[in-house]
Amino acid sequence: MYNVGNLVKELAEKHGRRRDSLIPILQGIVEKHNYLTDEAMVEVAKELDISAAEVYGTASFYSFLDTEPRGKYVIRVCKTITCMMKGKNDILQTLEDMLKIKIGETTPDRMFTLLETNCIGWCHKAPAMLINEIPYTELTPEKVVEILKSYMKK
Amino acid sequence: MAETGLNKVDLIFEQVNPKDVLKKAYEMTSEEIIKEILESGLKGRGGAGFPTGLKWKYTAAEKDPEKYVVCNADEGEPGTFKDREILDRVAYKVYCGMAIAGLAIGAKQGYVYLRGEYKFLLPKLLKELESFHKILAETGYDFRITYRLGSGAYICGEESALFESIQGERGEPRNKPPYPTVSGLFFKPTVINNVETLVTAMMIIHHGAEAYRKLGTKDSRGSKVFSVSGDTPIPGIYELELGMTVQQFVNEFGDGDTKAVQVGGASGFCVPRKRFADTIIGFEGVPTGGSMKLFNSSRSMYNVLHNYLEFFTEESCGQCTPCRVGCQQLLKGIEKVKKGEVKSSYLNELMKLADTMKLASKCGLGQSVGNAFKTIVENFREEIIY
Amino acid sequence: MVNLTINGQKVSVEPGTTVLEAAKKLNINIPTLCNHPDLCVAGNCRVCVVEQEGARTLIASCATPVSEGMKIQTNSLKVRNARKHIVELLLSEHRSDCTKCYKNQKCELQALANEFAFGESIFLDLVEDHPYTIDRSSPSFIKDDSKCIRCQRCVRTCSELQFISAVAVANKGKHQKISSFHDKPMSHVVCTNCGQCVNRCPTGALVEKTYIDYVWDAIYDPEKHVVVQTAPAVRVALGEDLGYDPGERVTGKLITALRQLGFDSVLDTDFTADLTIMEEGTELLTRLKKILVEGDKKTKLPMFTSCSPGWIKFIEHKYPEFLPNLSTCKSPQQMFGALVKTYYAQKRKLDPAKVVSVSIMPCTAKKYEADRPEMRASGYKDVDYVLTTRELAIMIKQAGIDFRALEPSHYDSIMGESTGAAVIFGATGGVMEAALRTAYEIVTGREVPFKNLNITPVRGLEGVKEASVKIEGCLNEWKFLEGIELRVAVAHGLANANRLMRKLRKGEADYHFIEIMACPGGCIGGGGQPIPTNEEIRKKRVAAIYEEDEHMIFRKSHENPEIIGVYKEFLGKPNSHKAHELLHTHYTERESY
Repeated sequence: MYNVGNLVKELAEKHGRRRDSLIPILQGIVEKHNYLTDEAMVEVAKELDISAAEVYGTASFYSFLDTEPRGKYVIRVCKTITCMMKGKNDILQTLEDMLKIKIGETTPDRMFTLLETNCIGWCHKAPAMLINEIPYTELTPEKVVEILKSYMKK
Repeated sequence: MAETGLNKVDLIFEQVNPKDVLKKAYEMTSEEIIKEILESGLKGRGGAGFPTGLKWKYTAAEKDPEKYVVCNADEGEPGTFKDREILDRVAYKVYCGMAIAGLAIGAKQGYVYLRGEYKFLLPKLLKELESFHKILAETGYDFRITYRLGSGAYICGEESALFESIQGERGEPRNKPPYPTVSGLFFKPTVINNVETLVTAMMIIHHGAEAYRKLGTKDSRGSKVFSVSGDTPIPGIYELELGMTVQQFVNEFGDGDTKAVQVGGASGFCVPRKRFADTIIGFEGVPTGGSMKLFNSSRSMYNVLHNYLEFFTEESCGQCTPCRVGCQQLLKGIEKVKKGEVKSSYLNELMKLADTMKLASKCGLGQSVGNAFKTIVENFREEIIY
Repeated sequence: MVNLTINGQKVSVEPGTTVLEAAKKLNINIPTLCNHPDLCVAGNCRVCVVEQEGARTLIASCATPVSEGMKIQTNSLKVRNARKHIVELLLSEHRSDCTKCYKNQKCELQALANEFAFGESIFLDLVEDHPYTIDRSSPSFIKDDSKCIRCQRCVRTCSELQFISAVAVANKGKHQKISSFHDKPMSHVVCTNCGQCVNRCPTGALVEKTYIDYVWDAIYDPEKHVVVQTAPAVRVALGEDLGYDPGERVTGKLITALRQLGFDSVLDTDFTADLTIMEEGTELLTRLKKILVEGDKKTKLPMFTSCSPGWIKFIEHKYPEFLPNLSTCKSPQQMFGALVKTYYAQKRKLDPAKVVSVSIMPCTAKKYEADRPEMRASGYKDVDYVLTTRELAIMIKQAGIDFRALEPSHYDSIMGESTGAAVIFGATGGVMEAALRTAYEIVTGREVPFKNLNITPVRGLEGVKEASVKIEGCLNEWKFLEGIELRVAVAHGLANANRLMRKLRKGEADYHFIEIMACPGGCIGGGGQPIPTNEEIRKKRVAAIYEEDEHMIFRKSHENPEIIGVYKEFLGKPNSHKAHELLHTHYTERESY
């Protein structure tokens, strides 16, 4: 377990304690620890002197500021039109089979979370997905297997 | 592209020396810069198409000593990926455009709001920003740019939602008026422009309004970067002179079986084959922020519309009734029509609802959901029902 | 001035006026939902859209400032169609079990539906598509998401008026909802149960938890002796729910109505308001003595009043380091409860186990207060059931009582006598004024040096009020106070309280005594008061409270003969051991979310 209080303080030193520091701080927590725990949100609320419900309300607006447990690698498969047209379902199927989880779930070892997301801006190289912030494009089931294997080795 | 009549342009990605352009801009007064942009006829390249020169003029006229230039790099419209390409290849031109806008309106601070999906670009962009700040320092111009990352919310591309997001709030659009030129980021006068708009403005200063005006049509001056995807053998980024018809576009990019083109993304318009020839891509016809998506006859337009409506149902901020509930109703409505659980004439009610959403929604998102809905249902009614 | 035309009629208004306000000036009614005069403009429900000539879209009249030459149509075909659609859309997301709903016929959405969306629904029912939950965890109110129309009045109330933000807007799009911190039960978060959101909710999404049926059961139980107490602010507001204009005092009719409902004894919380002054005033003087004479470091000043249970929970959550500053006095409601099952039961020769104590309060937080584990000093639950002003109005209607036709009557005795000092507890500044009337006289033997006993600097609806009273000519026992400038402050509405508390935390303010009431205007603006409550109505209720004071025979708590009696016969003297046992309490630090 990490000390969330220290991390929040560190991030507040870096980004400030104004309201407009909120999202960079939340992003900083997610970058380090994959998602926002209740404890982390309460710490942020205290540090910025705003209500915890507002921190949660703000975080829950943004799909990348997860407030539910997430794995070390969050896979987001684009489900918007072109990726759908170009075989996103096969990609998802392959991921589900390999990871043995469904969309929205996290592997028991807390390594991978599988999600869908809206357009990530790679329509000309569809289908596409993000693993954390790294985009992978022109996916085929075979390619996905290779990519996932490389993450499993990490 | 001679045979299709499309004119390829190389303005956005043309390599220039930012110092030269900055130097030229320094020698101009604020009024001269704005006059040049006004005369070029440049309209915003993000999709809404507001005259850029006017935005700058209004903001320059505000007396507040604290003003901002914001670059909208929250490109989220399905089918648009040009801003990523621009930032990836010529970020310095974006920064340069921001600095020029700063000169024009009297701002010392700029923000780039980069969508979270493009976070992988950030290290490189920051490095280039550092070099640009050095150039600014050398020339003695006091202007600084800061990056802010989005976190996965399409609506933050709406300008006032984007301000809210930078300010640490939920990205919910504000009531307008007041407009950003009066009360924008941190409620200060703000120029907010799309990535491409800023680069174009910079190039207008570089080449002069006169040269730029020669491109395009009366209502749609200049050129534009298009993001081409869908059923096309050559998906990608293309910078083209404005004024072409959809037919010309399809001739160039289609796969020989194009039945419809979605111009302007999920919030844009669907043009069916029978309208290709008489529909101009631009402000006199169908405007676009750059998204051009082709569908061939193997595609079900029901699936296309369903996908768009799912997108809006999730990406609406949810604050206003017409958009939050309207999106759900349109989506559920076409599902029920498809399944035969309600009469096909229910589509007529939904068409009226789309009109209400257009008229009564708080922001551009809700107001534009009806575009795709109406143009797809009007032209592909059978595909929705059967 | 800005000139515009609305429906063809010309009107000139100040710049910055909204189209909605300008229309009001012409007596043109535009329907609204998310709009509330106490709150900032949201512009999100879109019910108030109107047509502006030349505009691409309709505009929200609540959020659009007027501009010169504007031409507005509030009732064009476009507007009517859009408005109907919007109401229909709201209804499609809303569980419309109206006939069973607590807010039936008091619901603003229902009223709009009645005007714009009668007949068959146009759109599909979306209720089943939402995982709506009903949160009954608070003893004060119920939050039913299936009734919520996302107008965000509650969110704005909780943040702008109360500075708590126990609820906020969460998620987006279809999933957008009003949520506590990570959907925790309302009983587990910073919520103070003040009920200001309940008072502003246009639908049945936030309603008080009603105990009406429990009270009826007690009344009809021949074994039970049911005692009712009425808070000062109830008598100046109840009338609004029974057809009277705001600001009508209905004290006498209220008493008669309660008697007709079948309560065995109709008594007055004002009695224990006077008692609070005796206890709290003595506590303040004791604190001053401990600090000034004995140099005691553990005793804290300023002392805060403790009558408002919303304020108590606020400070427990947000400023726990100031808990030693809170007066240990229970609120008048709880003092009353503790005495009913001891003193009153003894005097009336009743088995306290068979006494049911009911209170009528302008407040939802009082329901929570009565449930606190500390509030069982009598050996029983001191106050069994708390009803709001609104619930009492429902009972009166249920009983078929013609309220207007009632003959006024007087409170029963004992514990029915009170003073003007007690009745002003209902308005912000009232406790302070009552305390000063008594404390000054204890210390100097003379009346407070204000004309007609009216301490006007602590009156009125300004957010934070300050005053000071120079103490001169002290009696021998109080000589240590000679020449001291007693500095006091009064705040109402927790946002104002928070402003004051921040100053105190930073050491930027210095007072001896501070009165804080959780609700805007004090109890007259309480969360349990008739709907609507707004600034205009608060002013009228406040005026009525001071009228009531002026009409009382006794205007100083220590002159209340029954107060003199209760000390003589039962409690001994203020802050005695027995008084401490029954009338004082302690506080608990709570989580900050």
